[in-house]
Parts: sequence; C-alpha cells; structure tokens
Amino acid sequence: MSAADVGTQSSAVSPPGPPVVRPRSRFGRRPVTRRVPAGVWLLLIVPLLVELAWVFWPAFNSFQLSFTKWSGVGVAEPVGLKNYQTLLSDPIFHTAIQNNVIWIIAFGGLSVVIGLALAVALNQPRRGVGIYRSAIYLPMVFSLAVTGLFWRVLYQPDGPINAVLAAIGIDTGQHQWLADPNTALAAILIAAIWRQAGYIMVLYLAGLKGCDPSLEEAAAVDGATWWQRFRYIVFPQLRNVNTVIFAVTVIDSLRTFDIVWTMTRGGPYNSTQLLSTYMYQVGFTQVNLGYGSAIAVVIFLLAIAFIITYLVRATREE
Amino acid sequence: MIPVTLLWVLPLVFVILVSIRSFNDIASNGLGSWPASFTLSAFRTAWVGGNIAGALRNSVIVTICTVIAVLFLASLAAFALSRYRIPFGRGILLIMLAGNLLPPQILLIPVAKICELLGIYDTLFALVVVQVGFGMGFFTFVLYGFMRSLPQEMFEAAKIDGAGDLRIYATIVVPLCRPALAALAALESTWVFNDLLWALTVLRTDVKFPITAALLNLQGGYTTSWNVVAAGALIAAVPTTIVFFAFQKHFVSGLLVGANK
Repeated sequence: MSAADVGTQSSAVSPPGPPVVRPRSRFGRRPVTRRVPAGVWLLLIVPLLVELAWVFWPAFNSFQLSFTKWSGVGVAEPVGLKNYQTLLSDPIFHTAIQNNVIWIIAFGGLSVVIGLALAVALNQPRRGVGIYRSAIYLPMVFSLAVTGLFWRVLYQPDGPINAVLAAIGIDTGQHQWLADPNTALAAILIAAIWRQAGYIMVLYLAGLKGCDPSLEEAAAVDGATWWQRFRYIVFPQLRNVNTVIFAVTVIDSLRTFDIVWTMTRGGPYNSTQLLSTYMYQVGFTQVNLGYGSAIAVVIFLLAIAFIITYLVRATREE
Repeated sequence: MIPVTLLWVLPLVFVILVSIRSFNDIASNGLGSWPASFTLSAFRTAWVGGNIAGALRNSVIVTICTVIAVLFLASLAAFALSRYRIPFGRGILLIMLAGNLLPPQILLIPVAKICELLGIYDTLFALVVVQVGFGMGFFTFVLYGFMRSLPQEMFEAAKIDGAGDLRIYATIVVPLCRPALAALAALESTWVFNDLLWALTVLRTDVKFPITAALLNLQGGYTTSWNVVAAGALIAAVPTTIVFFAFQKHFVSGLLVGANK
C-alpha cells in the first residue's frame, strides 16, 4: 500500500466539494491554509520547546561556560579566553586532535573503500546475496559498547586474535594490542570499521540501485574494461551518496566516544584519546567544567562546516 | 564472497565460543584455544551477578518511552510544518535538524546541570527527556518530507467534510505515515538502546543503568572473567539483533531516509 493509492481512492470516493470553498486551493502544491489555526501552532511549539530546552539552550550554555572556571558548585568564575589559551599548550589536547584526524581519515577512508567494494560485489543478483548482506550488516546493529567489549575479548594477549595469527604463522609473542600505545588506536579502528563497513555498504547499494544500467551496458559494448566502467560511468553517478557519506563520517568521527571509552578509556598514556573522550574525562572525571566546555566548543567548531554541508544538501533535496 | 563474509562473522563466532566456556577451561587453556568445555554459567553470572537482567529492563523502558514520545512529538511538528503555512517554517525545520547534528559533547555538561536543577538527575525520566530532545530535529525533518509527499486532495476532502486539524492528523496523516513511522521506530529503538554517552551523563546509580553502561560495570567487576564479559555483551546484542531481523526491510529503509534522503 502506498500513500498515492490511498490518495486516489479517497478522492474517487468522496465527491469534489462545492467550488465555492477555497476554489484556488485544490490546485496548489503548497500547503493551502492561509491562516494558521492556534491549535496548529501549539502542535509545533511543544516539540520545538522541548528541543530548545534540551539542545539549543544547553549548547548556548556550553559556550558561556567555556569562558569560565567552574567545578560545579558555587558560582562560575569568569576567566575570559584562558581555557582556550591553555588548550593551545595542552599536550593531551594535541594528541586528541591528532588522533581525531587519524580517526577521520582511517575510519572514513577504510570503511568507505571496504563498504563500496562490498556494495559493488553484492550488487549483482546471485545466490545467497541476502545472507551475505545481512551477515556483513549485522555488526551495525550492535552498540559501540558491545562492539568494544567483543573486541576487547578478541584482543586479549592469549585471545583469539593472537591465536589465529599464530596459527597462520605470525608469532606476535602474545602481543598486548590494547595495552601498547603503538597499536591501541589501530586496534580500536579495526573494531570500529568492522561495525561501520556494512552501513556504508547499505548506503552504496542504494546508490548503485539508482544508477542507470544502460550507460554501463553501452560502455561495455564500446569495449570499456570493468575498471573503466566503474571509474568513469558508475562512480560519477554516486556523487550524491559520496557527499552524504563524507558529511556523516566526519560528524560521526567527531562524536566517536563509546567504542574508545569501552576499549581503552583514552589510554594507555592517552594514546587513544579523542577530543570526545578527553572532553568527557575533563568535564566529568576531573569535574573541570569550564575547560571541558572549551573542548566541547572546539569539537563544535570543527563539526559546523560539515553540519552545514549536510544541511545545504538537505535543503536542495526539498 | 564466502571468505569475506566469514571474515565478518568470525569475530562474533569467537566471542560466542569464549562465552560458552568455563572459567577453569579458559584459565588453563588460554582464551584463544578451542573450547574444551560447554556451560551457560557465564550467561547466568552476567544475568544475575552483573545485574544485566535489571539493566535490560531499564533499557527496554527507556527505549519504548523515548521512541513513542519522540515520534509522537516529531510527527506533530512535522504535521504543522508540512500542512500549514507557518511563517519561516523552512527555517524552523532546518534549525531543528541542525540541533540533531550538533556534537553531543557540547550539550553534556549543561544537560547534566539542568537535570540536577530540575531534580531529575539520576532518573530514567531524565534519560528519556534528553534523548527525546536530541532526536526531535531529525525525526521532524524526515516526517516532514514524508508528509509533504501525501496527496493534497485528501486534506481538501477531509476539510470539506468538516474534519478539524487534530482529526486530520489522527485519522489521515498518522495512518498514512505508518510505513515511515515503522522505519523510524526500528531505527530509533536501536539508537536509544545502544546509547552509552547520555546514560553516563545523566545517571549515577548502578541499578538505574541501561545495558550499555551496565556492561562497562560488568567489565570492571569481572576483569579476568572474559567468558562473563563475552556473555554480557552477547546478551546486550540480542534485542537489537531481533529488531534487525524482524524489521529488516523497515530498518534498511529507515537508514536510507536517514542518510540518503
């Protein structure tokens, strides 16, 4: 059943109204009611107020707090730009920024490459394609906390990963993947990509469905190789999906918290600290609310350009 | 494709294999070895000792309340914005959507403080309210798009037959939006159920924790019992997996309205 079916049905059943009643309205595509009834205003204002109170007001407060020093009791002491100056010379903040850049590139890049490859491979109808898709997509429904715990178990020194590596001839000497600052971030990234790739795959599968197959066939007839067809015919048609995935990936990367918090809490020696985990630690573990808010503002400023990208696209689609 | 798919499923299989082993088996043979025992005691320990049972109940309560409240409120807002000429309606809609895209970090500290001020800190109610507020913009936006695509003639007909605004909402818009609402409900229920950050922000007492936060405690309490940690994580994965397989079609279409509009 689609909305359109029901629509034609009901207009067929009910006779057209007397033409005197708002004669112009029946042809307009835009909503027709000129005067908005008070009751309808209420329908809009209640949800809007909920969002204002729980999203925009707190966000505004964070900006204010970022110019203060506050431990949560008593009055916040205004300190001007001091928090931001401290950030500039804070080595952990530098690590966190650096890790966030690595995260965006590796998490975004690898999950897109893997997700796109899987989508292309699974786009052809063949036996069992639904099972493959579901299996690859399944990790996406696990929470990041669950994913983190799964991989914590796997990464243990005497755990399955080292056992598998030993079985195929790579002796890691019971390597402590998560306790070694050199490997911890990469280890978390693998877990995160394992979960994300299926999601990207689903988005690309939808994009591929929207591609015009006759173009590819024509190119094949003209002798284009598989790679040429993909590179010059299919990929350009995925531009819209790419934009969405890019914006979503960056916004998600800047939010990433749960999986790192579950697996390492930003350790060892802050080697896996991201802006979000550092912000949480400063704000809630150290209860340094002003400084924590300053980090949150930085995250916001980094995210805003991508939020706008997403919004611009959303409006264009309208 | 079979090898790739296996690669994807393998981590899950290993975790299941760990969860069904006994503590002694793991201690003597190592975590990475093939099971030499079969027991469900790790699940029992997690369920009772790790209070996963209570946490699961909390998660279900929060998820159901949040999904109903956010979809109800968002559908009202979307109805008003899509069917009436609200001045600056488009601007309002985009601002609402922008709110959902904000990094939650910028809300955490003030949200915790506001909850304390209102006296709802450390209650499940606070967790519901926060998530409803944060999800509002996204669902309003998606439902707005869906409601605009409904044929205008039906609204005309209903008006002519004398139906009021609320009646049109309840008897025409909501039933027609059922597919969209189902997709969004499947999506939002996994999002809410899987949330950790908001729970850590507004809750303090262990017994009120939803399952994600309880898992962190479980990990702290059973540091060396990897079978219990694996069992707890698997239990936490079951509800969303059921939702996924039961509503697979809805679920994927929900994702697509979400990111691929």
